Parts: sequence; structure tokens; C-alpha cells
Amino acid sequence: MNRLVEPLLALAATALLVLAAWAVPWLKFVLTIALAKGLAVLGILLLLRAGQVSFGHSMFMALGAYTVAFLAPQVPEALLLLPLAVLFSAVAGLLIGLFVVRYRDIFFSMLNLALCMVFYSVLEKFYAITKGTDGIRVTPITIAGQEPGRETQEWLIFGLALVLAVGSGLLVRAYLASPMGRALAGIKTRETRLEFIGVPARRVLLFAYVLSAVMGGCGGALLAMTTRHVTPLLSYWTASGELVFILILGGAGSALGPFLGAAAYELVRVYAAALVADAWQMILGGVLLAVILFAPQGLWGIVAGRLRGRA
Amino acid sequence: MKGKDMGAPLLAARGLRLAFGGVKAADGIDLDVMPGEFLAIIGPNGAGKTTFINMATGYLRPQAGSIAYDGHSILGLAPRAIVRRGIARSFQLPQLFTEHTVLENAALAIAARTGLWSPLARLLRPGIRAEAMALLDRFGLGPLAGVRADALNEGARKLADIAMAVALQPRLLLMDEPTSGVATAEKMTVVETLVRVLRQAGVTAVFVEHDMEVVARFADRVAVWSQGRILALGPPEQVLADPVVRREVIGIEAGSGHA
Repeated sequence: MNRLVEPLLALAATALLVLAAWAVPWLKFVLTIALAKGLAVLGILLLLRAGQVSFGHSMFMALGAYTVAFLAPQVPEALLLLPLAVLFSAVAGLLIGLFVVRYRDIFFSMLNLALCMVFYSVLEKFYAITKGTDGIRVTPITIAGQEPGRETQEWLIFGLALVLAVGSGLLVRAYLASPMGRALAGIKTRETRLEFIGVPARRVLLFAYVLSAVMGGCGGALLAMTTRHVTPLLSYWTASGELVFILILGGAGSALGPFLGAAAYELVRVYAAALVADAWQMILGGVLLAVILFAPQGLWGIVAGRLRGRA
Repeated sequence: MKGKDMGAPLLAARGLRLAFGGVKAADGIDLDVMPGEFLAIIGPNGAGKTTFINMATGYLRPQAGSIAYDGHSILGLAPRAIVRRGIARSFQLPQLFTEHTVLENAALAIAARTGLWSPLARLLRPGIRAEAMALLDRFGLGPLAGVRADALNEGARKLADIAMAVALQPRLLLMDEPTSGVATAEKMTVVETLVRVLRQAGVTAVFVEHDMEVVARFADRVAVWSQGRILALGPPEQVLADPVVRREVIGIEAGSGHA
């Protein structure tokens, strides 16, 4: 496929999202959430390129979200809170990464899951600090020093999410085509050979892990700014499972997959919940089953297949 | 380079010992590899030939003994640290990145040597691509550059595996059975290609080989392995004619005898 196809598709998708948010105002909220989760899923995609599945990545999303919730009273500025969330998730990613990159496959997955649940318990039990399951309301924040009305604020956060999504997508694309990115993919097929050409495989995976933690943190920060309320459920294992679900739905073949998956997931969820309030999870499950059976490369796989067919 | 005694050895192993349970894979190995030579290792399966390569490349640590490369001990170093000092290896079963193309496999080895830690530069940027293509061309793999490594036939996989090791520009290359699995018809072509490339690059080579014809034609010296020991060491015409070697080693490999 032509190297320009994906950026052009991303451009078209961006325009489509803006159009949808403009035509149906309440969709702005849903789509911002989708972009935020898409960012976290993009992080999981990186690790999947090394053949590793993180079943605990929502801990970084929760970390980013709680960073915003904790610091918003002192630093009520979105453009400062985001870098702070990035910083904290990078440090956490590095510390946790140093430990988990020593493990592979099911052990890697389960260790992430375990640490994610530990973080959930911490958030839930330390009521004095975290307000437990009640969660924390995010105090009002400014964006670039402005205190706009609600409508404008929603647009600004939506725009911020779009910029971060497109930026991260391009970054991931460049990274995956770089020597480090190709070495990362080498971990999946021949990790020992990496060592015998002089490449420290663990360090390659650690870099990807920190990057993926940062994307999770970024997504979480956006989530907190959008929903204005954070709870420990962000770090519950089902939240991590949801991110993996979205990746399978969207497809791991392209940086567009996670966002495609997240948008589809959130939209199906909203409309299914509106149509049949009690059965929306069943509908989501049905969608995933259909994707696994008929489009194992996810929604992106369908798009890519169409493009190839035309070329 | 049939001359002997060229000064200090490039690789010097002394008293290497390693046992797996009761099996002595190395039972006092002393071996000097001289700069520029092609040293063949022959011997029956289980004699400890691969174990020697694994110890020299840091994959296995000997229980006793020492290994020095270029005068410095490399004992206890990780494989990648030994690679950076100039010792590369290829594998009996080719270890390629199966989901990468042949070109990417070579390019990754080149990038590993020249600078891996650039997350935004493309792996297949013009400089690396040109070097990788030149390397593949020397191995006759140019036409297969765009093919995924898991789609290659055995001969090509073998050459690609060795090409990756050569891409590291080693001074010493250890090859574990470079011709095993290669069809008899293409075997001599593969070895001739290989020897030409290595001679051009001035690489010292140690290779485990079962084909006595290959050994007689291309080795400067032959080391005969048997039960973790070196049974004989010398020029091929002398070693391959040794009655003990013929009985103990070559006799087992009936049909491939020569000399």
C-alpha cells in the first residue's frame, strides 16, 4: 500500500469526526472518549507488535486520570496537566516496565493484570486520599489560560484529543518503521537472534512499554477532563479488558485501528444502550464475535482489504 | 592462508569444561583460532561442537576454563557484548525474523551495528538499504530481498542467516553447520559463495561441518571433536588421513568420506 494512504485516511477520518461532532453535538462527548481510549489502545498495539498482550494497561489510563483529578485544584490548566500526566505515566511505565519486560507471553499479560488490580485496590482502599469508590470530581480547568463556556470547552478538549490522536498515530507509525520498531517486532519471532546481532531485547521492549504507558496516561488525562469525574473503576481489570477488546475490534495492522475500534465501540455502546438498555453488552459481544469470525484483522483489516482490492 | 604460526591467536580457549548432567559436552577444550584462517570442526553428533560455539558466543558459560578474544577474556559476557567485540555467529537452524523480509533482516543487523536507537528514522533509509542490498547481492540473495523470511527455501534461509552475521562486520565468524539442510546440488555453490564473501571481507571463520569434501576443499585446519575433547587438530590432508579419525569420526559419516 502507498505510504500516503494511511495519513490521507487519517485526515479523512479527522474531518469526518469533526463533521459528526458538529452535526450531532452530544456525539462530541462520545467521540472525545473514543479518542482518549484509542490513545491507550494505541499503546497496547505497540506491545502487541512484540507479541505481548498487556491485560493491565488501564492502570496507566487511571494514573493519567487521577493525576488530573489530584492536581487540577493546584494546576487548573489543561496544557500543564497533560504534560504532568505524561511525566507520571512515563515514570510509572519505566518502573513497572523494568520489572515486566523480563517476562513474556502469559506471564507478561498476567503480571500487568495483577499490577493493574493492585493499583485499583490502592485507589479504592485509601479513602482519605482517593475518596475510594466515590471517586474524585475534577475541578474546573482552563485551557491555554482561557475559561470558555461549556460548549467551547467541549470543542477545545475534543480538538486536543484529535491533535494528540493524530500526533501519536504518526509517531507510532514512524517508530514502528524505525530500527527500534522493527527490532520490537523481532521480539515476537526471534528474540534470541536480537541478542546475537547485539541488540538488547529487553531495552527495546522497555522503550515500547514506556511509550505505551505514556499513551495510556495521555488517554486517561483526556478522559478525566471530559468526564470530569474519576473512579477506581478506571483501573479495574474489565477496563483493561475493554482496551484489548477495542484493539481486536479495530485491528492491530495500523495505527488507525485503535481509533477505528474505539469509535465503533463507543458508538455501538451508546446506540445499543439507547435501543435495548439491558442487552447492550450482548450486542457488543455479538459484534466482537462477528469481527473475530469474519474479520480477524479487525475493522482496519476490512478497510485495508478494500483498499488493496481497488489498487 | 595455509601458513601456520601468525603470532597471537584471535580466539584462545583453555581447559573449557561443561557437563550437562553426566554428559561431558566440553571436557578440557584447548583451541587457538589464528587470524585469517578457516578452521573446520568435525565430529559425530553430541561431540560438543555446538557447545563450543555456544560457549564462545556467551550463550553458555563454561564451568571451568577460559576464553580470550584478541587477548582479552570474554568469559561471562552476554552474547550481545561479545557480538560488539567482533564475534558473530550463524545457526544450524536459521534464526531469521520470520515476519520480516530478507532485506529487513539484513537491514536490522546493519542497524544493530551502526545505530539502533533512533525511534524516528526509518530502518530502510537509503544508506542502510543500499548496504543491505549490496550484502544480499554478494550472497546471491538480491532477487529475494522483498520476500518474507519464512517463505525462503532452506539454502536461501541458510545464506540469509549467515548474511545477517556478516552484516555485523565481525572479525571472527562462527558458523554452525552452514551447509546442513542445503540440497546436495546447491551445496558447493553455497559454500563457494560463502568462502568468497568471507575471504573478501577478511573474516576469520570457524565452521562446524559434516561434509568431508567441503572440509577438504575449504578448511585451512581441521579440529576433530569427540566426546567433548579435541581428538586431532591440523591441516585437512593430514587429519582426514589419520586412521583413528577415519575410524572414529569419518566412519560414522559413511558416504560423505573423501580424502
